[in-house]
Amino acid sequence: MKPTGKVWRTLDEYSNSAEFQKSLHDEFPPHATKPPEPLDRREFLALISASLAVAGLTSCAPAIPEKIIPYVRPPEEVVPGKPLFFATAFPFGGYGLGVLVESHMGRPTKIEGNPDHPASRGSTDAFAQASVLSLYDQDRSKVIISGGRISTWDGFITALATELETKRLNKGAGLRILTETITSPTLASLLGRILQQFPAAQWHQYEPVNSDNARRASRMALGRYMDALYHFDKADVILSLDADFLLSMPGHVRAAREFASRRRNPMNRLYVLESTPSITGASADHRRPVRSSEIPSIASRIAGALGGKGSGGDAWIDALVRDLQSARGKSLVLAGPQQPAGVHLAAHTINMSLGNVGQTIEYVEPVEANPVEQMESLKQLTRDMQQGTVDLLVVVGGNPVYTAPADLEFAKHFSNVKTRVHLSLYEDETSDLCHWHVPETHYLESWGDIRSVDGTITIMQPLINPLYAGKSAYELLSAVLGQPTRTTYEIVRETWGGEEGEWRKSVHDGIATFSPNFPHPPSFAGVPLPEGEVGGGEVQISDSIEVVIRADPTVYDGRFANNAWLQELPKPITKVVWDNVALVSPETAQRLDLSDEDVVEIQHDGRAIRAPVWVSPGHAKDSITLFLGYGRTRAGSLGSNRGYNANSIRTSAAPWIAQNALVRKMGVRYALVSTQKHFLMENRDLVRRGPQDRADNALTLYPEFPPEEYAWGMSIDLSTCIGCNACVIACQAENNIPVVGKTEVGRSREMQWIRIDTYYEGDANRPEILFQPMLCQHCENAPCEPVCPVAATTHSNEGLNEMTYNRCVGTRYCSNNCPYKVRRFNFFDWHDGEGAVMSLLYNPDVTVRSRGVMEKCTYCVQRISNARIEAKKQDRPIRDGEIVTACQGTCPANAIVFGNIADPESRVAKLKAEPRNYGVLAELNTRPRTTYLAKVMNPNLEMPR
Amino acid sequence: MSQEIIGPGHTYATVTDKISSIVLTRKWSLNWLVGFGIAFMLTMLLMYTIAYLLVKGVGLWGINIPVGWGFDIINFVWWIGIGHAGTLISAILLLLRQEWRTSINRFAEAMTLFAVACAGLFPLLHMGRPWFAYWLIPYPNTMNVWPQFRSPLVWDVFAVTTYLTVSLLFWFVGLIPDLATLRDRSSSRSGRVIYGMLAMGWRGSAIHWHRYDVAYLLLAGLATPLVVSVHTVVSFDFATSVIPGWHTTIFPPYFVAGAIYSGFAMVMVLAIPIRAVYGLEDFITLRHLQNMAKVMLATGLIVAYGYLMEAFMAWYSAGQYERYMMLNRITGPYGAAYLGLILTNVLIPQLLWLKRVRKSVLALWCIAFIVNIGMWLERFVIVVTSLSRDFLPSSWDMYYPTVWDWSTFIGTIGLFFALLFLFLRFLPMISIFEMRTLVEKSEPQ
Repeated sequence: MKPTGKVWRTLDEYSNSAEFQKSLHDEFPPHATKPPEPLDRREFLALISASLAVAGLTSCAPAIPEKIIPYVRPPEEVVPGKPLFFATAFPFGGYGLGVLVESHMGRPTKIEGNPDHPASRGSTDAFAQASVLSLYDQDRSKVIISGGRISTWDGFITALATELETKRLNKGAGLRILTETITSPTLASLLGRILQQFPAAQWHQYEPVNSDNARRASRMALGRYMDALYHFDKADVILSLDADFLLSMPGHVRAAREFASRRRNPMNRLYVLESTPSITGASADHRRPVRSSEIPSIASRIAGALGGKGSGGDAWIDALVRDLQSARGKSLVLAGPQQPAGVHLAAHTINMSLGNVGQTIEYVEPVEANPVEQMESLKQLTRDMQQGTVDLLVVVGGNPVYTAPADLEFAKHFSNVKTRVHLSLYEDETSDLCHWHVPETHYLESWGDIRSVDGTITIMQPLINPLYAGKSAYELLSAVLGQPTRTTYEIVRETWGGEEGEWRKSVHDGIATFSPNFPHPPSFAGVPLPEGEVGGGEVQISDSIEVVIRADPTVYDGRFANNAWLQELPKPITKVVWDNVALVSPETAQRLDLSDEDVVEIQHDGRAIRAPVWVSPGHAKDSITLFLGYGRTRAGSLGSNRGYNANSIRTSAAPWIAQNALVRKMGVRYALVSTQKHFLMENRDLVRRGPQDRADNALTLYPEFPPEEYAWGMSIDLSTCIGCNACVIACQAENNIPVVGKTEVGRSREMQWIRIDTYYEGDANRPEILFQPMLCQHCENAPCEPVCPVAATTHSNEGLNEMTYNRCVGTRYCSNNCPYKVRRFNFFDWHDGEGAVMSLLYNPDVTVRSRGVMEKCTYCVQRISNARIEAKKQDRPIRDGEIVTACQGTCPANAIVFGNIADPESRVAKLKAEPRNYGVLAELNTRPRTTYLAKVMNPNLEMPR
Repeated sequence: MSQEIIGPGHTYATVTDKISSIVLTRKWSLNWLVGFGIAFMLTMLLMYTIAYLLVKGVGLWGINIPVGWGFDIINFVWWIGIGHAGTLISAILLLLRQEWRTSINRFAEAMTLFAVACAGLFPLLHMGRPWFAYWLIPYPNTMNVWPQFRSPLVWDVFAVTTYLTVSLLFWFVGLIPDLATLRDRSSSRSGRVIYGMLAMGWRGSAIHWHRYDVAYLLLAGLATPLVVSVHTVVSFDFATSVIPGWHTTIFPPYFVAGAIYSGFAMVMVLAIPIRAVYGLEDFITLRHLQNMAKVMLATGLIVAYGYLMEAFMAWYSAGQYERYMMLNRITGPYGAAYLGLILTNVLIPQLLWLKRVRKSVLALWCIAFIVNIGMWLERFVIVVTSLSRDFLPSSWDMYYPTVWDWSTFIGTIGLFFALLFLFLRFLPMISIFEMRTLVEKSEPQ
């Protein structure tokens, strides 16, 4: 067909080629989407019903059918406000942290600690605080996926049942279940029943951050797995052998609380030996940076010296040993999970010889349902996969394709498995390689039970129906048992039996008071340790660089990679955000000619990764610390392709400390972003020490403000603050603070209202690391107030420096004139493009700020107002301790106290009357309402300088 | 001849012809078209920037916490400073009977107006929510809130708007007799109508001249305190704060001196090429340039004294933060800006002591241009260096201008020149009637 006229629409038509002719007659041209498969009636109906169900999701989540019990009367000391609070537990690394969840009209918005729960005592950590953001994360997996296509639970059940039928014939041989650490009695009983039904099946457990070394040591020493339960509050002298017990070990909230309780009179003394500066090291009275690989030999020297063998002329160890000896039964030695079993053994031996067992340390039955050495467990699974003996692998939670050490080649062998099923919160690296991906419920969406490090059992109750139709691990395992229709509630309820009243009380309290089948573990005080098995022996120290691998302090093992709050949370000490770094000491950096942001290639055992360097004062020399949790490829829109993947250099033989690594400078740089650029105090009196003898407030000619009934003030104790960051996220959650992303943080526009200022003091190789939480000081003579042209920031009669967002025109003069630089500005509309789901997260008591306005810490004015309303209703004054700010509430160290300074009997007024009390920059006559208690340390005077 | 303020041989008619012909000629000169074209394009860049800024927010700029003000306020102060020469020349020199001012005052006043217009944009645009800028104006409102009169930003609003109003009036009143001249000489109907309306019925009668003289003198009296007040108030933006490097009592006088310094430098930068292009060497003579150079030298020395005292007081006060601030200015990350400022504002202008330099038009232009850069650097040093490192080292951070900072700045330069080109084309750039009085006075010689 020739073109009939002059009119042509495309050059193809004009040339009238054969392809063009063909494309004219094709109904579907080559690149067009193929027509959908024909839809039969059933599928059509299924789709329609699904649409209806999904349509229902957009409305408020329907009420949970089972009876859940609100925390009707929260203890007044802890939780003010009208919203309902429900007790549940935040699962982390298998262990539960008792929490109360604030719920507004069925929307969980904020996590608080459960004051009755022994692992929390009212405090939480940054992970728990940020977990509520993950609930509403729009990148969460939303549908069951099979072979890249959306499927249904029924479809999955049918497929699974078929698989299991064949398995039943051979007693389940080839069926494997891979879980994370499990302490849940219900999950344990489900798994137990599965193993009964399928005796040849196997249950594996793996978490990248695990307690294998401690476990191995306990087996070597005690013949079986035992957990060590520490009582930091009873210890006068603590020695940490690379143990970051304040931030990264299980039970760290409880540890921090107990530890901080002894940073007051009478004070404990902490010695820390570690390679990587941690907040535990920063809190130490004596911190000695040593390479992680040297710790075994030092531990054995300490043990030897305690046994009278002499320390080999190390004055530091001599002084330490004398101190430990003088605190028999009141000292505590603990080893970090990344240290080899020998160090743990040494610690046990020392504790034993010092009579600490039963005092500061207890050996208890493991809290885990089935403790195993997880690396071995994963190795075995990989080996079996390689040999092709695994046909059906159900991965319950976790992300082994990403987290498995590189040498196992997990992903490669994973594909040998005939059917792979994965349950997880996100569609991640593992889901990608699975035949079936089932979206998991968030812990706030599901019933459950879990135990904390001390064994306390919490019945977890859902706060909201699953947002994305997820399934819980309970339902999945029940489905494996052939009971796919049972609800999580039924499953959990069945485990516990008991009377309804008891059940209700347990659910309400967040602590199971009845435990018919699971008695609290007995205490094994004074377990004898084998003689002579001390320490790991001398370890060969080579001159090359050691690689130390740590869990990331904010995204942990990568599970929080898509949590924007945690990504934007400045890592303790380095203050880097949105990336992981390779830490080296200043000395090593100089030797290798490295500076911040230099990319290095780290080679070990035939594998190499590239990572940006961050020079970290106080790091051990000839050591490089890498962090897990980054370099993910399928984490979600925020977490993917960020940083480097330390798992790809990690081996199962040396998962934490690797020797003989080669570090090579690549000559390129990678832009890192940190929220603090300058870590020296420049001789300014910011973090002070000891009793203060000078009056800061300058004289004034102006009359004092007339006294009011309430004068709000805050006291922050620098002796107890451990710099853990929990307050930062608590504030972010409470006050609807947006995140701004790496680029904007790089332009110094982060929005967090409270920050942990970190300063180094002394020698760059062995500095003291000081923390100072900095937030609006609510100055009585606030420099921000007189400069605002529109009176948008003003003083309340109760002494609050208030921001009126509606009135703010955004000149930023207030921020310029703030000596503390604690004001935050909405340079853009930070909520632009945020989905509707996110709006469920926001605290309805706090305005979501628009573009162009200034904001800052309000002392949680919404909580003050709530308390005032309550007090007025009852016609009484607001009680001391009735108002708890978000930062104060979450602080595991109890470092923050808020209250009415007009009342001399209030806690805060008494703290402010202490001689340690001082105001930062008070010489400017700002008269800050937030004051600090100067840092007090408890150094051992015998220590060599 | 160099001591003359008008070239020899001029009569009333030649003066009038020469100046009015620039406006009344129908020819569009290529130079003008190219110059205006470039300036207009830059103005469009400004418009685009403003539009985008209003859509996205001030985050487009490089400002951050701690450096909450950057190019916005630097440029505001810089433009306002430039806008000082006009009033000074018009009002103070008029009152002091400095007749040499006559040939440059119209032009300087126009420059003042345009500079103030450019300056005025910045405080508006720098706001996070500029659509609420009217909240800074005290007016009875249903919100029952007044501006916060303790804030120097409110004082700024009064100072700048007053200055703009008085400058505009002064300029316009001064234009009336010349507008009448243009009306009378215009050959086109539109010219006659437009100039006629603007001339407001000026017939040049004795009573008109009498009233004109009274009004002009009164306005001059009104404007005189403004020369001092505007930049004093602008300096209060900094001086009333607590930030080291801002919190200084020396700021008002040294800001005023600096403003006059930069204002005269700008007049020089503009007058030298214009007199060459339009052949006005007879009206803007070397004597004018030399006088302006002397004013620059004097004010420059005051400014230098300010720098010296700032450093001295930082040391003498023994204030830890003040001392650090001064040291940081010199040796810190923005040290180059400070050293550049000393070089351009203090050292290079000392060449003006030499008569040889004052006689070289090219040298004068270069020095004036350099001084303008120096005064910009001064504001950069004050605003950015002080903010980037204040009290708590933990919050210290750097400020880097973005492309939008530059486009706003360059855009206002475009706007300034676009307005200037329009002025040169459509209004007499030199006061015709005042020049005629000079002819009268120079005749006896």
